[in-house]
Formats: sequence, C-alpha cells, structure tokens
Amino acid sequence: MYTQALDLNPPLNTVNVASADTDQQARFEETINLDGKIEPRDWMPEHYRKTLVRQISQHAHSEIVGMLPEGNWISRAPSLKRKAILIAKVQDEGGHGLYLYSAAETLGTSRDQMLDALHSGKAKYSSIFNYPTLTWADVGVIGWLVDAAAIMNQIPLCRCSYGPYARAMVRICKEESFHQRQGFESLMVMMQGTPEQQAMVQDAVNRWWWKCLAMFGPPDSDSPNSAQSQRWGIKRISNDDLRQSFVDATVPQAKVLGVSLPDPDLKWNEERQHFDYGAIDWDEFWATVNGDGPCNKERLATRVKAWEDGAWVREAALAHARKQQARSLKEAA
Amino acid sequence: MSTSTSHEWPLWEVFVRSKQGLEHRHCGSLHASDAKHAMQMARDVYTRRQEGVSLWVVASADIHASEPHDKAALFEPASDKIFRHPSFYDIPNEVGHM
Repeated sequence: MYTQALDLNPPLNTVNVASADTDQQARFEETINLDGKIEPRDWMPEHYRKTLVRQISQHAHSEIVGMLPEGNWISRAPSLKRKAILIAKVQDEGGHGLYLYSAAETLGTSRDQMLDALHSGKAKYSSIFNYPTLTWADVGVIGWLVDAAAIMNQIPLCRCSYGPYARAMVRICKEESFHQRQGFESLMVMMQGTPEQQAMVQDAVNRWWWKCLAMFGPPDSDSPNSAQSQRWGIKRISNDDLRQSFVDATVPQAKVLGVSLPDPDLKWNEERQHFDYGAIDWDEFWATVNGDGPCNKERLATRVKAWEDGAWVREAALAHARKQQARSLKEAA
Repeated sequence: MSTSTSHEWPLWEVFVRSKQGLEHRHCGSLHASDAKHAMQMARDVYTRRQEGVSLWVVASADIHASEPHDKAALFEPASDKIFRHPSFYDIPNEVGHM
C-alpha cells in the first residue's frame, strides 16, 4: 500500500567518509549524477544503505499492517463479489510486503530482523493504519483515497536509484490501480443507494480525508533530510508537491462521486493553478506516529499474535524439508 | 519471538516465462522451506494475474555471481572491439539491405 515520508533519520555525517572509500564514493556519486542505478552488490555509502533499509522495510511493514484494517471486513463484505475483490486486494498487500522485504534483504538485512523491529515497536509503519475501519464505506474510501495517496507517492519511486526497490515499485504500481478503482466503484454503488448508505460514504470521507493528506509526511520545511534523499535519487518529489497533486486529482473525483470534502478552505486558486487547502493537524499526526493513535496497540498485537501463532508452521515446514533431504541423501548412498 | 536467521526459510530466486516463446525472466525472490514449497509460493506471489505460463525456482545459495569489482576486467575488453558490430562497416547504399 504505502510508506509515509517520515524524516526520522539522524543527520548525515559527511565528514566521516574513510579515505579508502573516496574512489568508490566518487564512482557512486557519478552514477547517481548520471541518473544511473545502484545494484545490490555495488559499493554504496553506509548512510545510503541505512536510509534505504529504513525506508523499504518501513514500506514493507506498511503493506502487511495495511492488510489488517481491511481484513476486518472480509467476513462482513456485503456480497460474494465484494468479498472476492477484498480478499484479492488484501492478498495483493501481502504480496507487496513480500516484494519489498525481498528488496530490503538485498541490502544485507534479514527478514527476521525486520519483522523483529516491527514487532518490538522499533520500526515504524504508515500511521494511516492506526485508524479504525468503522463501516463498510471505510473499505471503499481506503481504496479510493488511501490507495490514491499511495499511488501518488509510489509512482516516482519506480525511478528510485536503487534497482531492486525501483523494480518492486513497478510491480506494485501496476497492481495498485485495481485497488483504487475498486474502491471508487464500490463507493459509486453506495452513492446510488439509500440516504443512509450515502451518509455512510460521506461520514467515511470526513473521517479519512485529513489522515490521507497527512500521509504524505511533514511539510517540506520540516523535512531537513529530504534534500539528501532527493539528491540520492531515493526520493524524487517533495512531500508538499505530492500532497498538492493528490488534492488536485481528488477534488474532481469527489464531485463525480457526489461527496463533499471536509475542508472549508478548499478552493481553486486561479493564480497558482492548484487547489488551496486548510491547515493539517500535525500534532495529531505525530501523536499517532509515536504510538498514541486509536489502533496502534491493536494493530501491533494482531501482527505479533499472527507471527507467534504461525511459529509452529514455520518450524514444521523446515523440519519436514530437512527430513526429506536427509531421506533422499540416504537413498542415494 | 525468534530473531535468529537459522530459523528462516531459505531464500529462492523466481523466474517466470510470461508466455510460450519467451525466455524465463528473473522476477524476484521469496523464502520457502523447500523447492516444492517455493514453487507454490512463487505461484501465489508472482503470478496472481496470469503473468506466467511456467516457473523456475532456484535456491539463491546456488547462484554464482560475478563480483562488481571484476566488472572492468570482465566487460571492458569488449568496448574497443567495435568491429564486432555491423554498423562498423560502410556498405554502399546501392547494395540495399545487408
């Protein structure tokens, strides 16, 4: 689904580059300047590696935690068709997590290390998943708005300087389009329904709109390390620019759907040729990022339980594989 | 909660033939306990939308790769042998396609 642009990296210490690395550093810089790609076993500055591991793993965590709010609705989907669609979407999110964990593993971290960081609360995931999905309309709104925000953020990542991340993002973006469209279409059906159904859609939009704007991360003025990520070709477009693109793309869609967006300051600015929008509540955003959102504890507890409940399966599969291997060696002898 | 990598399922590389007549192409990797399991996982992870008609899974540990620092020694000798390319040769236009 999506990683959010968090700027929690310690400041870059460029003074510390060992002199033996300077040749390699120069070659790396040249590749980056020519908009070339870095592949797993190429030399790279430690800070580049760490930035990528943090960002890709955080992105992967967001995908698999993102399965939870929607997974809640699989058993309650209103029809067999919607249930099949939702299962497919949630399965896609799991797949996206796998592509991304694999990409991060090429940088020298292990799957278990990353999951441990998630389960111990050390690693972050997108705070959007720390809000509850209260009604069926939330499932549609997540597809329409949350996945749209995800797509907005992920398309530039397809050109990321790190090859495996870029390739994973190409696969993911192809699949995200289905996620957004199924959400919008499901809301269109509800908007043609009873006044209660229409009100349900509007209520869900009201609850998710501001959270989606915050998904793009803090304003550029509060993102001191973004410049480094942009220079390295990890991040291509700034948080505020992405947020603006999202608003501009979404306003006409809301009109087609027949819902209003809960922002009295939202209006077209002829001079800027963009929509103006109101102030985002960053205190609420940071409280959620730092663990005080409505569902942080529940999400993490569900993840940890799934991991622990599955431990015997992982062990049994490995034990079975080893036994089979031992048997075939014995037969060959 | 286990943090030791020795409990991790081994890593496999997945190759997909997208249709008859095309080669298998590397499309990603995954963890699985054995080859049969890896095949099942590859089908679930990489071919949910009819992306393939055939799969290869190869244990990542069995792949031998060239080292990035050998790039020059391995590949640069080819760079000054432009006579290996058809465009090196000027052929009169009246000869037509050759």
